[in-house]
Amino acid sequence: MSSKTITHLKELESESIYVLREVAAQFERPVILFSGGKDSIVITHLAYKAFYPAKIPFPLLHIDTGHNFAETIEYRDELVRRLGAELIVGSVQQSIDEGRVKEETGYYASRNKLQTTTLLDTIEKYHFDAAIGGARRDEEKARAKERFFSHRDEFGQWNPKNQRPELWNIFNGKKAMGEHFRVFPISNWTEMDVWQYILLENIPMPSLYFTHERDVFERDGQWLAAEECIQRKPTETVVRKHVRCRTIGDITCTGLTLSEAHTLEDIIEEIAATRVTERGGRADDKRSETAMEDRKRAGYF
Amino acid sequence: MERGYLDMQLLRFSTAGSVDDGKSTLIGRLLYDSKSIFEDQLEAVEAASRSRGNEEVNLALLTDGLRAEREQGITIDVAYRYFATPKRKFIIADTPGHIEYTRNMVTGVSTADLSIILVDARHGVLEQTVRHSYISSLLGIGHIVVAVNKMDLVDYSEETFVKIVEEYKKMAKVLNIRNVTFIPISAKDGDNVVNKSDKLPWYKGPALIELLETVSIERQDGAAFRLPVQYVIRPISSKYPDFRGYAGRVASGEIRVGDRIRVLPSGQESKVTRITMAEKELESASNPESVTIQLSDDIDISRGDLIVKAEEPAPQSSQDIVLDVCWFNESALQPRNRYIIRQSVTETVGIVRTINYRRNINTLDREPGVAQLKMNDIGEVSVHTASPVVFDSYRDNKVTGSVIFIDQDTNETVGAGIIKTEKEWKENQTYEI
Repeated sequence: MSSKTITHLKELESESIYVLREVAAQFERPVILFSGGKDSIVITHLAYKAFYPAKIPFPLLHIDTGHNFAETIEYRDELVRRLGAELIVGSVQQSIDEGRVKEETGYYASRNKLQTTTLLDTIEKYHFDAAIGGARRDEEKARAKERFFSHRDEFGQWNPKNQRPELWNIFNGKKAMGEHFRVFPISNWTEMDVWQYILLENIPMPSLYFTHERDVFERDGQWLAAEECIQRKPTETVVRKHVRCRTIGDITCTGLTLSEAHTLEDIIEEIAATRVTERGGRADDKRSETAMEDRKRAGYF
Repeated sequence: MERGYLDMQLLRFSTAGSVDDGKSTLIGRLLYDSKSIFEDQLEAVEAASRSRGNEEVNLALLTDGLRAEREQGITIDVAYRYFATPKRKFIIADTPGHIEYTRNMVTGVSTADLSIILVDARHGVLEQTVRHSYISSLLGIGHIVVAVNKMDLVDYSEETFVKIVEEYKKMAKVLNIRNVTFIPISAKDGDNVVNKSDKLPWYKGPALIELLETVSIERQDGAAFRLPVQYVIRPISSKYPDFRGYAGRVASGEIRVGDRIRVLPSGQESKVTRITMAEKELESASNPESVTIQLSDDIDISRGDLIVKAEEPAPQSSQDIVLDVCWFNESALQPRNRYIIRQSVTETVGIVRTINYRRNINTLDREPGVAQLKMNDIGEVSVHTASPVVFDSYRDNKVTGSVIFIDQDTNETVGAGIIKTEKEWKENQTYEI
């Protein structure tokens, strides 16, 4: 019999493709939540492989905070064109204009929290019944208990005590009217797995992930981009540094890493040596010990 | 540049133990000593330990994530943890050990290759050790590691360790557990976890991590070929007008281009013309690969069908199945109740005919004549289904031999079942400890 070794990356890929195919089979209107970050790029790549030579049977949804790096939008549009995929944009600015949410003000103002309302509104508008996200269990302690198929009630809320047990490779996506699921195909991947897979598959990545020169300023031990959407304190001075993004989100809460990583190999080496988690650069997680659990309960990604 | 890290293997294991066995501490130690914990995580745990008045850093706080768990100092749900050494990548299913959470342990163990059972060196083999071992054995875990913890509290005594090993071996024999390894450790101080300890010079075996790095990972590639069809890929495009691919993850065995196959339940036969993963052409596919296969004949195949090799032993097919069931829900399983029975990618409706017995999971006695299986109970149940279930014994195939029970009204997953063949349920196994 066969004695071929399946590497950890192949096994993870195979598991994620299995989950994506289950989504296509069990739901009527699935959608990929596309943030422009590496995790959603990998998800999109996996979806491409799962249904080849057919097109990805679901659209991509970008919740646009209006505070994006220009490179993110360029990359997104190029990807959509290459895959022939459908793109839907949910605008946080529009939610603000319509009075659905109120813009935060001050030095720490972020639209990160406001995204939840725009996301839930968009899901409702298009009747999406499964929103596929790139969240991973290694990112944060509340996510360590997340399911592949995560049930949300009609208010879009996550109740950690009422999640369905997942055994073997059997997924239960049954739901009542108005309820939906969040599905996380790369639950079992770590940050390192994601980068190794990107290298293995040679997936083109946004330039933001590689070192580049940028105007930045330091706040609470973190480098942030000196862009208009972040109000700087008088003491915060702008300097030019070689940086890269370790995660890509809204500009206001994306910490930049001082880095000389030019290639995927450099990035992998840098991560292997690093002593801070990738979400260590995310201001939104630092609000309390259970900040992520609280946001998830409210319907966050 | 060295690219060895692209060739690592993946080992999934579960950990079971009670609140006081030091399970969370052990996991914290594995993550900490393998440098999988980052500075910001450690700082957060140090701060949380201080604010709770703990004198030492409480590594358990690394794993207990939910608000209720941190407040009560217990683990409620299955939590998944990740770490890697230069040799392997690991996924830990961290399961709570208390009897009220039997269902969580069953869940965690269902995807594991190996199970670590913690025993407190001061207390030896307890009821919960029997329970954890029984569940691991029921779910077909290939390898059990008994970690005898808190050796520091028994003066690193070899005699104490040997006594526990003897005690455990007696029970393992009764449960038909074969592959067991015993390791004396102190999770708190890290003895024999990642590094071998000089405090236990009499112990000649490997440290825990060394064992995890080298233990063989069982693949179901020796068994008969099974491919549950998940999805039919039909692009209906001008470039691929006639493409029809059957997508799925190989559950067991191996298939090669040119092999004759049979589709169940219809029984139609055909030949494999192509095996692909996206643009890549493959010669063969085996568990656990996700692939797409194409056949020489245009036959009717849809989601839920099972593709097998024509010359290999066929699975069984029946509307009456007997299962060991673990119940998950507050609403109890009772005879005459109807459930959706979902098996890998297919489902049918089933009516519970009888509860043959409940297994007392502490003494392992069979308790016949029970009216219900309540939450966290395990027992043997006979079910009649609306359409035939095509299955293998769970002992032979974890994919085609397992099901979940879904409540038709609430859509909740209310139970898990392991299918037994007629021979297995007629043997009607009794254990005497």
